[in-house]
Amino acid sequence: MKRVYPNKDFCIGCHICELACITAHSQSKDLILAYTVERGQSGLSPCKHVHEAGPTCVALSCRHCDEPACVAACISGALQKDPESGRTTYDRDKCVGCWSCLMACPYGAIARHPLEAKIVKCDLCHDRPGGPACVAACPNQALKQEER
Amino acid sequence: MNYVIIGNGVASIGAIEGIRRLDQKGKIVVIGAEDTAAYGRPLISYLLAGKIGPERLALRGDDYYVKNNVELKLGATVTAIDTAKKTVTTDKGESLHYDRLLIATGGVPFIPPIPGVQGEDIYSFTTLAHANTLIELSGRIKRAVVIGGGLIGLKAAESLHDRGVSVTIVELAPRILSAGFDEKAGRLASNRLKNVGIEVNCGVTAKEIQRGKNGRVKGVLLTDGRFLECDVVVVAIGVVPASALAKDAGIKVERGIMVDARLMTNAKDVYAAGDVAQAMDQLTGEHRVVPIWPNAYNQGYASGRNMAGAKLPYQGGLPMNSISFYGLPTISVGVVNPPEGDTNFEVHALLDEARETYRKLVFRDEKLVGYVLVGDIDKAGMYTAFIKFEMPLGGEAKDKLINAGPEVFLWPAELFNETWNPAPANAAR
Repeated sequence: MKRVYPNKDFCIGCHICELACITAHSQSKDLILAYTVERGQSGLSPCKHVHEAGPTCVALSCRHCDEPACVAACISGALQKDPESGRTTYDRDKCVGCWSCLMACPYGAIARHPLEAKIVKCDLCHDRPGGPACVAACPNQALKQEER
Repeated sequence: MNYVIIGNGVASIGAIEGIRRLDQKGKIVVIGAEDTAAYGRPLISYLLAGKIGPERLALRGDDYYVKNNVELKLGATVTAIDTAKKTVTTDKGESLHYDRLLIATGGVPFIPPIPGVQGEDIYSFTTLAHANTLIELSGRIKRAVVIGGGLIGLKAAESLHDRGVSVTIVELAPRILSAGFDEKAGRLASNRLKNVGIEVNCGVTAKEIQRGKNGRVKGVLLTDGRFLECDVVVVAIGVVPASALAKDAGIKVERGIMVDARLMTNAKDVYAAGDVAQAMDQLTGEHRVVPIWPNAYNQGYASGRNMAGAKLPYQGGLPMNSISFYGLPTISVGVVNPPEGDTNFEVHALLDEARETYRKLVFRDEKLVGYVLVGDIDKAGMYTAFIKFEMPLGGEAKDKLINAGPEVFLWPAELFNETWNPAPANAAR
């Protein structure tokens, strides 16, 4: 499957991927409204986070692992592996907010939703024409989606 | 290839998914004693608390078994395994042949021999049927005593309390959650329960369950002489492996069913996974029964792959629990209570009682081997990484982990690259 691969040597820590992510996952699909309104009102937050240490930075999110630890730990069946697409899928309605996935994922790729007992996790923008918004927005090709 | 899976819990789901990764054609039969498709067993506390309805219990979609070409035999119990003839017999009189068999029968509640424990008004809390019984009862009862301050007991207490029942917990150990938590984490959780009105008594247990002339429970006499009036008693001391079936078939059982590195028992082509299995533990290298959810799925998955011919070792279990008490999240992973006086371990603990946060890190040989987080749990997975991948934390790295928290740049460069930006040939994992 095609995954998103971050390259720390190209990442400039601009956080544009995070902004593209919240825009893609917003109701309005508008950057300014997503940031100024939806973030506060509905707890909209990015699936991707820029990690920084001194001059080095990298934008990380769910790896859609082949054998995901989150799926093994999920008590509700909200997280599953889709054998056809290869994605690790999240069914928000099934999630009970037990945080088992957050504990089990060794990649730190799952976050608590700021307002609800739900998680925030990358869905690879699977219903977005053109693929993941973060990849499209990255100004320095530090994020690539490809088959490896 | 004929696969037969005894048990219909999460280990069974793991096994189906493990088998189907390699073998899309073989016939899979799942025999389950309960009469529902596999459900999220820990969800029964959410159901009892009224937080979710029964429609949210199923672990997989309605079409799951059809899509995976799995035949479900529900409400059936396997009564015998013949490892020579490779057959299993059910209580319905059916005999089934297997090429590969998985025993995933789970655990059964342990009922201690307290006087008065046999009879009416005594309940367990490990199945959907138990939850439904308690839901039905909760409207009619006023007071309950929960024996056992482990995860199951505390969740039963919290859920009954949510249904308007007055609940008292008694725990023999000096603190609640003694298995997976330490004293400070236990106290934060116990304070949260006390603040909502659940009584927590540690260092005592039930000496006798007293009954009236009609045989119904009147209350519980404690070891310290106190008497707690109640209508029902929930016994939640723990679960023991449901291994009798295996033992009767001549399969090697210690505390649980013994399995090798590939999760096969001493009987050829018979595997075991989940709460019934005594499998390898990643950190100790010993075989232990660790009845937790992720281990059950992982063992199911690994045994499934091996039944389908993979010949891959099980990566080993890692104890981990994530559980919230009235909105106070807690997570514990790995070794959290190292043996007292053992200088191989180094512990760093940080408690902030006002903010209700706690963090404990346990190191051994310059590696993280366990942690507890209460309140602020957001970086849990990043801590888990250091344990799971057994990353060396020499010199500065350990100080950084202790002082600034886990960070992906503390990973060895090679692991970082392989994980996040692998060369195409290494990408498939």
